[in-house]
Amino acid sequence: MTDTKKSAAASKLDSALAWVDDRFPLTSNVKAHLTEYYAPKNFNFWYFFGSLAMMVLVLQILTGIFLTMHYKPDADLAFGSVEYIMRDVPWGWLIRYMHSTGASMFFVVVYLHMFRGIIYGSYRTPRELLWLFGVGIFLCLMGEAFFGYLLPWGQMSYWGAQVIVNLFSAIPFIGPDVSEWLRGDYLVSDATLNRFFAFHVIALPFVLVGLVAAHLIALHEVGSNNPDGIEIKKLKDKKTGIPLDGIAFHPYYTVKDMVGVAVFLIVFSVVIFFAPEMGGYFLEANNFVPANPLVTPAHIAPVWYFTPYYSVLRAVPPILNSQFPGVAAMGLSVLVFALLPWLDKSPVKSIRYRGTLYKKWLAAFVVSFLVLGYLGTEPSNIWGQFGGWLGNAERATVVARIATTVYFAFFVLMPWYTKKDKTLPVPERVTG
Amino acid sequence: MSDKQSNQQVPSSATEQASQVDVEKRKFLIATSAVGALGCAAVAVPFIKSMTPSERAKAAGAPVEVDISKIAPGTMITAEWRGKPVWIINRTDEMTAELAHHNDQLSDPSCEVTSQQPSYCKNENRAIKPNLAVIVGICTHLGCSPTAKLQANGDMGANWTGGFFCPCHGSKFDLAGRVFKGSPAPINLVVPPYKYLTENTLLIGVDTEEKA
Repeated sequence: MTDTKKSAAASKLDSALAWVDDRFPLTSNVKAHLTEYYAPKNFNFWYFFGSLAMMVLVLQILTGIFLTMHYKPDADLAFGSVEYIMRDVPWGWLIRYMHSTGASMFFVVVYLHMFRGIIYGSYRTPRELLWLFGVGIFLCLMGEAFFGYLLPWGQMSYWGAQVIVNLFSAIPFIGPDVSEWLRGDYLVSDATLNRFFAFHVIALPFVLVGLVAAHLIALHEVGSNNPDGIEIKKLKDKKTGIPLDGIAFHPYYTVKDMVGVAVFLIVFSVVIFFAPEMGGYFLEANNFVPANPLVTPAHIAPVWYFTPYYSVLRAVPPILNSQFPGVAAMGLSVLVFALLPWLDKSPVKSIRYRGTLYKKWLAAFVVSFLVLGYLGTEPSNIWGQFGGWLGNAERATVVARIATTVYFAFFVLMPWYTKKDKTLPVPERVTG
Repeated sequence: MSDKQSNQQVPSSATEQASQVDVEKRKFLIATSAVGALGCAAVAVPFIKSMTPSERAKAAGAPVEVDISKIAPGTMITAEWRGKPVWIINRTDEMTAELAHHNDQLSDPSCEVTSQQPSYCKNENRAIKPNLAVIVGICTHLGCSPTAKLQANGDMGANWTGGFFCPCHGSKFDLAGRVFKGSPAPINLVVPPYKYLTENTLLIGVDTEEKA
């Protein structure tokens, strides 16, 4: 090709783009969100998980569409149709394992993404709304996971839904009516399965995608936080107006994120091909038994990503003959994340410039979260009982109560210990 | 565009701006919005109602007949009523005698919570005939079905006097479905309405006092 031909082709492309731009803001959007969106140059490992979560969302939607082509939301047919997908549909097993593993991996990346937000103070001013949209996404995701888990109509599906729907009946006065309304029957039945299918494949995905869009719009409005927790927009190049510590998202971070995607997909594939059930943590053994409304399995536990909250539920004893306190504590243990922007009174955002007091509290929180998560997968008598000196209390229950107390103390005492904490001076420019 | 231009011409002082407000039109718009909102709320009702139990689901609550002639003493069978498990336990005399001995360990030994059993079962055995217990096998905590541990001791430990153990959250009940203190379950298991059609046939879901 000669130079003139090349430039002729290029100018044709340019005029096509101009035609589009006159009718739709394509170029300006690409600039605003990719090529001229300036992100801090010091992103590290922790900044992989936002883009990974987006990728998993796309993966879940895609695999979900193909699963609905074969799945039947009917109490008589659902279990069989899942087995049909696994055995008879060409590559059906792969698509289903991608979806079931994707659900667990979604929570892995989202938990890491949230932890990143916590350690670097990404929820602080001016990112409160960004954080709240994120909490909304987290709630939606929990809803998706819960509704989706009923669909295979196995024993764990059935009894898990029974327990969770009954949580609502603990609400004073209106509770029993609310849970009956949610089920559409007096027990979990075909009506429940059918509507959970509707929530799982239509209602919540719409909300989820909308919240993700709002999350990104808010992010690109205020700009990304970074491991130093300082605002790069404060220092801009006088000529260009570009933040001195900012680099264009594309190509610099798209390339970085691709490395993250590659590593993630390796891990993802290993799970799908070698351990799709993950020893009962991703797919529980009892869910390979069809739902039986007359028999509860000997040990029921939620999937791993719900276990910390489930432990909180079990740890709180009934008060005045009501189980509501436990249910309320479980709900609060999830919703309390939304309050972080207003609980944290520290003059610094990032853990790099916080004192040891905060770090100790954060460590205690992480340990209690993990302990609660572990205990939630096990029966409450796993560690046996204390002796008579503690009223024969179950060891695991006592530990869960201590961990629950620490979990909530991390939030409740945050205004106090973040103020008291001895922080370090924050630099002007981002560091390595 | 034209709005912007006309706005620029409007004097900016607050009092003059207020005089520009067409009060009649504003009232009309507020009233219209209010009626519109009411309409939306009214339309929401059918959608919310559509999620309540259907006529078919309501009709499925018919009473069931159960043959009790083949339940050996000390064993139980599980019937299905309204999709729920109903236990029918043929308690031995030792089992019923034991019921009176652990009242101090129970949350509600004398069944004061009246919603949990028909009035004719508010007695020490929670039953019409002392030996035969009829109990809805759904835990009052979060709706799991407890596992039968009818025999004393066994894998439930030395102090166990026979009853039911909920695998979900560890609630314990005695052989009359009464909840032990310290369980997550707040109240006793439900005794459904039932009556004897003959010596060996039960009708669960209906009794002589009330219609189904």
